[in-house]
Amino acid sequence: MTAALRFDPIRLPPECEKLRKEVRAFLADEVAAGTFDPHKPNREDTDAPEFSRRVGARGWLGMTWPRKYGGHERSFLERYVVTEEMRVANAPTRRFFVADRQSGPVLLKYAPEHIKMDILPRICRGEVCFAIGMSEPNSGSDLFAAKTKATRTDGGWLINGTKIWTSSAHIADYMIAIFRTSPPTKENRRHGLTQFLVDMKTPGIKVNPIGQITGQFEFNEVVFTDAFMPDDHVLGEIDGAWKQATSELAYERSGPERFLETYYVLTELVRAVGSKPDTRSAEGIGRLVAQLHTMRRMSVSVAGMLQAGKEPVVEASIVKDIGTVWEQQLPHRVRDLAAFVDPDASNHETLENQLSFAIKTAPKLTIQGGTTEVLRGIIARGLGLR
Amino acid sequence: MAESENIVAETAEKIFSHLADAQTINNDKKGSWKAPLWQALTDAGLPLSWVAEDCGGSGASLAEGFSVLSAAGRFAIAVPLAETMLAGWLLSQAKIPSPDGAMTVAPASPKDRITLNPDGTLSGRARGVPFAKDSKHIAVLAGGAGSLSIALADAANCRIEAGLNLAGDGSDTVTLTNVQPIAIKPAPKGFDQNTLMLMGAVARSLQIAGSLEAMLEVSVRYSNERVAFEKKISKFQAVQHNLAKLAGESAAALAAATSAADAIANSKSFDDEIFLEAVSAKVRCSEAAEKGAAIAHQVHGAIGFTIEHILHRYTLRALAWRDDFGSESYWAVELGKMVAARGADELWPLVASR
Repeated sequence: MTAALRFDPIRLPPECEKLRKEVRAFLADEVAAGTFDPHKPNREDTDAPEFSRRVGARGWLGMTWPRKYGGHERSFLERYVVTEEMRVANAPTRRFFVADRQSGPVLLKYAPEHIKMDILPRICRGEVCFAIGMSEPNSGSDLFAAKTKATRTDGGWLINGTKIWTSSAHIADYMIAIFRTSPPTKENRRHGLTQFLVDMKTPGIKVNPIGQITGQFEFNEVVFTDAFMPDDHVLGEIDGAWKQATSELAYERSGPERFLETYYVLTELVRAVGSKPDTRSAEGIGRLVAQLHTMRRMSVSVAGMLQAGKEPVVEASIVKDIGTVWEQQLPHRVRDLAAFVDPDASNHETLENQLSFAIKTAPKLTIQGGTTEVLRGIIARGLGLR
Repeated sequence: MAESENIVAETAEKIFSHLADAQTINNDKKGSWKAPLWQALTDAGLPLSWVAEDCGGSGASLAEGFSVLSAAGRFAIAVPLAETMLAGWLLSQAKIPSPDGAMTVAPASPKDRITLNPDGTLSGRARGVPFAKDSKHIAVLAGGAGSLSIALADAANCRIEAGLNLAGDGSDTVTLTNVQPIAIKPAPKGFDQNTLMLMGAVARSLQIAGSLEAMLEVSVRYSNERVAFEKKISKFQAVQHNLAKLAGESAAALAAATSAADAIANSKSFDDEIFLEAVSAKVRCSEAAEKGAAIAHQVHGAIGFTIEHILHRYTLRALAWRDDFGSESYWAVELGKMVAARGADELWPLVASR
């Protein structure tokens, strides 16, 4: 076995509590103003550009980034608080979430200075939406089988091929995508892919929405036909994208969004059950809360390790594995208990509607952003099994 | 982990690895390992970690003591170390000095009650008291007319019916009939039976989490040695995924237990947040024990089901520890009631309180 797993008991520092109050007050105001209904996760359109700008104006985007790029140089733990409060409130974060969590940090690390100065402040102001172009029709979890080609041309590259399951591509201003710049080598099948910043307004890009089983249209097919990418849009090493992908996974995989996606059904169940639950309801709720609390402690612990400059890749994969399995099972466990709730409870219809949506959402949770199978492979490698 | 926690835990680890090696213990049918192990632990002051020096103990911090329990879990230690620590801690709450030798606590279940009689004697029955038969003294929490007392009783004055838990360790029924305590003092304000149960539950949670770490380690090692279908079984994806799940359960138990221990070590009173921490630890660690033990056995196949193999030392103890100081289903009900009483909109503020 390699190093033992670590989940140090990290506590959020006092400055986080002041921030948490501010975020809660802000969200309460937004709810009061009718921006979103926290009890309705199944709204038709989750894109809220004005809300996104107001979140940016509060200084809650790019929180950990340098001031020079519009960031706020605050801690990962402070960012954690904002993320979890937004998620629990069912706030419409679609427009800014990917840019803030993932795309911004990639640009910070690999983009040329003038691009950083151009785009990062706009992310911080909540003005731009990002998509991630990884999967292709025949390359999902097997990322390095990607075929969409970038061919050298004057001053840049021409892109041809198709990305698929690309969340938010229909509203995105930019995409960070990987394209094939060389064939894989015999020694390294991961060789030959390069990361690019794609301006979605580039001629030759067509976005086709794909309907989901929830009735929403969140993901898309994105077709590239001789789309031109200038040289300064290459992010990092040509042919070396695989080296860049892995170290950032800890940020992507361990956040509160990895276990809170269906949390709303638990709150609504507690409301429906009332203040004096029978033994069955009490035990069911107690177990779910104990599991939720444990997930959060694990997730906060990883955030604390990231803040301390560590790279807890295996721990982060564990958080996503058991966190997504938990949030996937949650609506089914709540459904078990809801069978015993008074059908005349005032929120019964809300609970039923939420359950229906959460149960339809559940299958994607263990697929998006790294499947359970891929995660368990990473954990197994960390254990010294492969 | 602070530096001093490391030193205390390292001392414990060193003693365990010298004198409580799982294979040696498993081969020793007579239990001749017990006396030297207990002597070494006593010489190092570990059983009375949580007793101040002026009360006869070694005056370690709560955090240091908790780290000893984690180590004890990793070695599946089967001597009344955790129990003596808890007894010393309970006595210290009332500033009663701790005697030498092994101790345990009663009651050890939320449902049992010991009563302080008007004449100052103690009566009542406590079931599932760990290692009562092996203890010289019992630290007792007793209820009287509207108040609670903490007492030290001589085990020889109690009727002790021997019982065994799943792992074959003592889990006895202790009956007190007008027992005159050696010492008795009022429990501090705010200290109730739940406080003792939660402290015991966190101790067991740390031990379970430690045993899961050990299960993961021996299972990974075995899968890298055992060959089937002409390759190491660790190369089969089905086995890898099972071990990844075991790692997840081990990680969840570790996170829940160490968080609860840390919360208690840094708090003055057992409030709602400590209740959430301690109960969650016992519930989640017990669930992890069930899932983790099943996987560890599955990976080992038939050999892990034999008395000769060390695996059962960890799996059966982890499963047995679920029962002490309130089972996971008991505590889940209590937590569910508390959450319901606070109301739906107070759930998230409770979870996000730290």
